Amino acid sequence: MTLGQKIEEKIFKVLMIIATYFILAVLAVIIYSIFEKGVKALSWEILTQIPKGGYYYGKGGGILNAILGSLCLAFGATLLAFLIGLPVALYINVFLIRWKKVVAFIRFLLDLIWGIPSIVYGAFGFTMMIYLGLQTSLLAGIITVTLFILPIMIRSMDEILRTVPYGLMEASYSLGSNKSETAFKIFTRQTISGIITAILLSFGRAIGDAASVLFTAGYTDHLPNSLLEPVATLPLSIFFQLSSPVPAVQDRAYASALVLTMIILIVSLFSRGLGKRYHKTKINF
Amino acid sequence: MYILNRWQRHWVNNTWMIISLLVVATLPFFLFLGLYLKSFLLLHDYHLGHLLFGKIWKPGIGQFGFFPFIVGSIWVTLLAMVISAPICLLAAIYVTQYSKTHLLRIMHPAIDILAGIPSVVYGLWGILVIVPFISRYLGPLFGVTTVGYSILAAALVLSIMIVPFILNILIEIFRAIPVELKEASLALGATEWQSIKQVMVKKALPGIIAAFGFGLARAFGETMAVLMVVGNVVELPKSVFDPGYTLPALIANNYGEMLSIPKYDSALMFAALILLVVSLFFNLIMHFFIIRYNRY
Repeated sequence: MTLGQKIEEKIFKVLMIIATYFILAVLAVIIYSIFEKGVKALSWEILTQIPKGGYYYGKGGGILNAILGSLCLAFGATLLAFLIGLPVALYINVFLIRWKKVVAFIRFLLDLIWGIPSIVYGAFGFTMMIYLGLQTSLLAGIITVTLFILPIMIRSMDEILRTVPYGLMEASYSLGSNKSETAFKIFTRQTISGIITAILLSFGRAIGDAASVLFTAGYTDHLPNSLLEPVATLPLSIFFQLSSPVPAVQDRAYASALVLTMIILIVSLFSRGLGKRYHKTKINF
Repeated sequence: MYILNRWQRHWVNNTWMIISLLVVATLPFFLFLGLYLKSFLLLHDYHLGHLLFGKIWKPGIGQFGFFPFIVGSIWVTLLAMVISAPICLLAAIYVTQYSKTHLLRIMHPAIDILAGIPSVVYGLWGILVIVPFISRYLGPLFGVTTVGYSILAAALVLSIMIVPFILNILIEIFRAIPVELKEASLALGATEWQSIKQVMVKKALPGIIAAFGFGLARAFGETMAVLMVVGNVVELPKSVFDPGYTLPALIANNYGEMLSIPKYDSALMFAALILLVVSLFFNLIMHFFIIRYNRY
């Protein structure tokens, strides 16, 4: 090995170490600056009250409308996406398992859909709303976000369902169960931890996305009380408060960002923890 | 007990599954159709070339030139890729080839968290950290006065946002390469770095390209974070310190007034259509790279 090669290897190794720790450092800086700014601005009032008159000029109130709105929207969308997503994932892995080309094509299609930016879903949701004559509402937001998280939900469930051994399916058939029983009773039980992870992942996506609800869910200072009324969401509340010139309102945007980040961190922690707990019901081969 | 008997349940489940599958499988088609029908009004009245390459954007007098937005989007996306790609590649090689396994155990949750942070929060972080950094240090360093809201700010924020996507794919690709390949190269007397450079990277090349492509598509469609730091000025940017405007930002910023100006809604839906087509096209191409990679 010549000296030049030695130096080249050394340089690249240093560069690689820098790159790796740079990524970790950036993550630390992001989390730190969100917390540092947010904790100062966070108060009980912000968490438990809805905006009062003059809220956006620095008067009192909080973001309870946005917190509850976001939770409603994300729960609704996750539930709906689960009801559509689970059957699709099961259908691919139980019914279509022998048609490898068809399965590959559906997976490919899902990956394509996954790549579509959320603003396109937002715009599409909006055209549908105009077409159907709907107003911005919680329902429209839920439907749009459902479309947006569907590919994420199905692909993550699919990834876990395809690990189910073929023998388990054969055992189930040999005991006389039909395909849908095998799918809904055996496969779901075997992969319950993965399915929960997929749900939580989709929930995190649903609650954090702003571009798709911008057109469809609208914004309101009131608490959500009907599916057909507009609803406030946390990402949009951060966005609107941040565009205010009043420093006190901007501070509340930092607090809202902290709340949103915390929700997502907790959900992601849960999904990691749950993965380990539900291993008991699983049959090992 | 169940209301339906076993075969009825089977039938219900079956129908439910097939309907769901149809909904999902036809989704891209309906997305395209919906947006196309809405932007048809614009496409009917204007030449496609004029729309894509027209430089004047004045919806009030019926001038719809998307060129500044397209150029803005391309600038931001490419710049973000140029910053992000080498960092991701180096980090992926380090994590999979050199470091001990505990670093990978730290990297995975780190990637998860980075991917989970909502884009609004990235945007907020950009305003807090990146924008002042550019206006105070980076701008004066290059002898430019800038407020910080610029193409560069958007690219920097984006470059961090796409790290988890690219890095995740790259790590998987490098881990999927059989270790015997590297061992064979080492046995022939190559150094570790030579084996990585000439065997591993060469083998992983289609996968690496695909990873970058997915990152590119992701960056192209990113809305909120870019909207918050890019400056939103409709003009052709001359340098990276100039403010710009991107296609997603155009849609998100103007949804409020789009029904008050004739054809404006049509124009915004056309912007969404461009995004849809570009993202589908990119993902399509990148899938062929991945398929090629898997076949080896």
